[in-house]
Amino acid sequence: MAQAFLLPFEEPLVRLRDRIDELSAVGTPASELAILEAHLEALTGEIYARLSAWEKVQLCRHPLRPTTLDYIGSLIEMFVELCGDRNFADDKAIVTGIGSFRGQSVAIAGHRKGRSAKENAERNFGMPRPEGYRKAKRLFELADLFSLPIVTFIDTAGAHPGLDAEERGQSEAIGSCIAALARVTVPVVSLVVGEGGSGGALALGVGNRVLLQRFATYSVITPEGCASILWRTSARAPDAADRLKVTSQDLFSLGAIDNIVDEPARGAHVDPESAIRSVGDAIAASLDSLRHLSPDALREHRYARFRAIGRFAGGAPSCDR
Amino acid sequence: MNPNPFKKCDGCGVILMATLFVHGVCPECEHHHSIGHKAWLDLLLDEGSFAAWDDKLTPTDPLNFVDDVAYPARLASAQKKTGLLDAIVSGRGNIEGRAVVYTASAFEFMGGSMGSVVGEVITRAFEHAVTHSLPIVLLSASGGARMQEGILSLMQMAKTVAARERLRDAKLPFISVLRHATFGGVAASFALQGDIHLAEPKALIGFAGPRVIEQTIGQTLPEGFQRSEFLVEHGMVDRIVHRHRLKGEIATILRLLGR
Repeated sequence: MAQAFLLPFEEPLVRLRDRIDELSAVGTPASELAILEAHLEALTGEIYARLSAWEKVQLCRHPLRPTTLDYIGSLIEMFVELCGDRNFADDKAIVTGIGSFRGQSVAIAGHRKGRSAKENAERNFGMPRPEGYRKAKRLFELADLFSLPIVTFIDTAGAHPGLDAEERGQSEAIGSCIAALARVTVPVVSLVVGEGGSGGALALGVGNRVLLQRFATYSVITPEGCASILWRTSARAPDAADRLKVTSQDLFSLGAIDNIVDEPARGAHVDPESAIRSVGDAIAASLDSLRHLSPDALREHRYARFRAIGRFAGGAPSCDR
Repeated sequence: MNPNPFKKCDGCGVILMATLFVHGVCPECEHHHSIGHKAWLDLLLDEGSFAAWDDKLTPTDPLNFVDDVAYPARLASAQKKTGLLDAIVSGRGNIEGRAVVYTASAFEFMGGSMGSVVGEVITRAFEHAVTHSLPIVLLSASGGARMQEGILSLMQMAKTVAARERLRDAKLPFISVLRHATFGGVAASFALQGDIHLAEPKALIGFAGPRVIEQTIGQTLPEGFQRSEFLVEHGMVDRIVHRHRLKGEIATILRLLGR
């Protein structure tokens, strides 16, 4: 099947796949096809093992990559979307709601990038405005009130940089959203399922467990933004991506994420079903691992988790006089 | 070397004896110039009352970050320039006799950016405030999260905000003073989570930088955009306070809050 959008490093693999399918259709002996299949597998392994940080950024932004709505659609039963921040508007760049995950009621919040131009206009490319963060905050408080575990899906280039967003207090909205998530006394599982772009991503990312798919990325600033500041040109984004250490392996070694969720060999978009299943299993395992914690212990656990992040020397407390 | 005895105002352009710019404020147009971390301390705290906390915390280079200059070289030059180990000053001091935790960004150290050390010192400041049952006066001036420490800088946003929430639970006041300029990961974490927000006149405060916004919306921004006055107008800041009246105003607020 032809894929609608191809990244440069996907091309040779897709060409070979198509060739094998053609040969299979004209009755090529199975033994010959098996050799080609083995070659394809080896080539796939080779290319994906050597992907640069920048190529992984492209992969995590792949337009066909499963999004929050795909995960909700497959993993959540009886999903009831909740809309609006009760103050200004409903921001469609963040989806929030309640539903049932494998028999358990949960609250869900996630960024939603659009698939089409029309949807991207409606959802602002998944870049929330203050009302989006205030809607998420409302959901977290609702979840806390009714003791529902929280699952968040992170996938955004960042919070919307715009005049209207500044007028309505983008900074305060993000900070308050972080505070709300830090305070809740229910389990919080956060998954980066695409692009984790700076504070706009972190606002949904204060989890007891923070997980990242193998080809997802998480960064303090977009590689383009970093390159613009350092070298005055976004053309050097590939260098910035490398310096910023945005890949799952790097983030894991820096202690920023707790686990890497397995992803199909060529990325989630190639086999969404399997990617979604892995994410579902990871959510279930994470919730299970938090089951023994009391409400207060859950908040304390989250505090300790983030409290421990950072690297410095000379750190012995020195507040006693 | 004698420093230049004259200073030109960045606001109105007048050239006067430098000593006339008391605490960096132009006597002609009241323009507030940036002043250093020592000057801030002198401005707000009672003489001799300050005792530094957590001032041995030293940044490292967890990402081996190199652009045109390696991160350790940038740190070394900022340390030499400022006499600080990182972009933050924190400790205990008195404001008109009232004990407070005093924590202040040093904008002159890599734009006041927040990496692991700044995040840790601010987190500890909130924790010390709870331990010692003191209010906190926190002065922000920062370009945001420090790129050179990557994801670790981003995570300081969650760490500091969570610590701020502990202060809220302890019912201790957090007075946030917003200085020129406060942006990005500092604005979007603790800086705009104060119980009371005071801002310096005409300070630039926002989430995204004006240049980024102009590129996004493809038009020039209105005059006064993201200035303190704009934030008051949009309900994000309680009061704009002249630098010469800041100490007195903070003391009054502490007194009214029973501290």
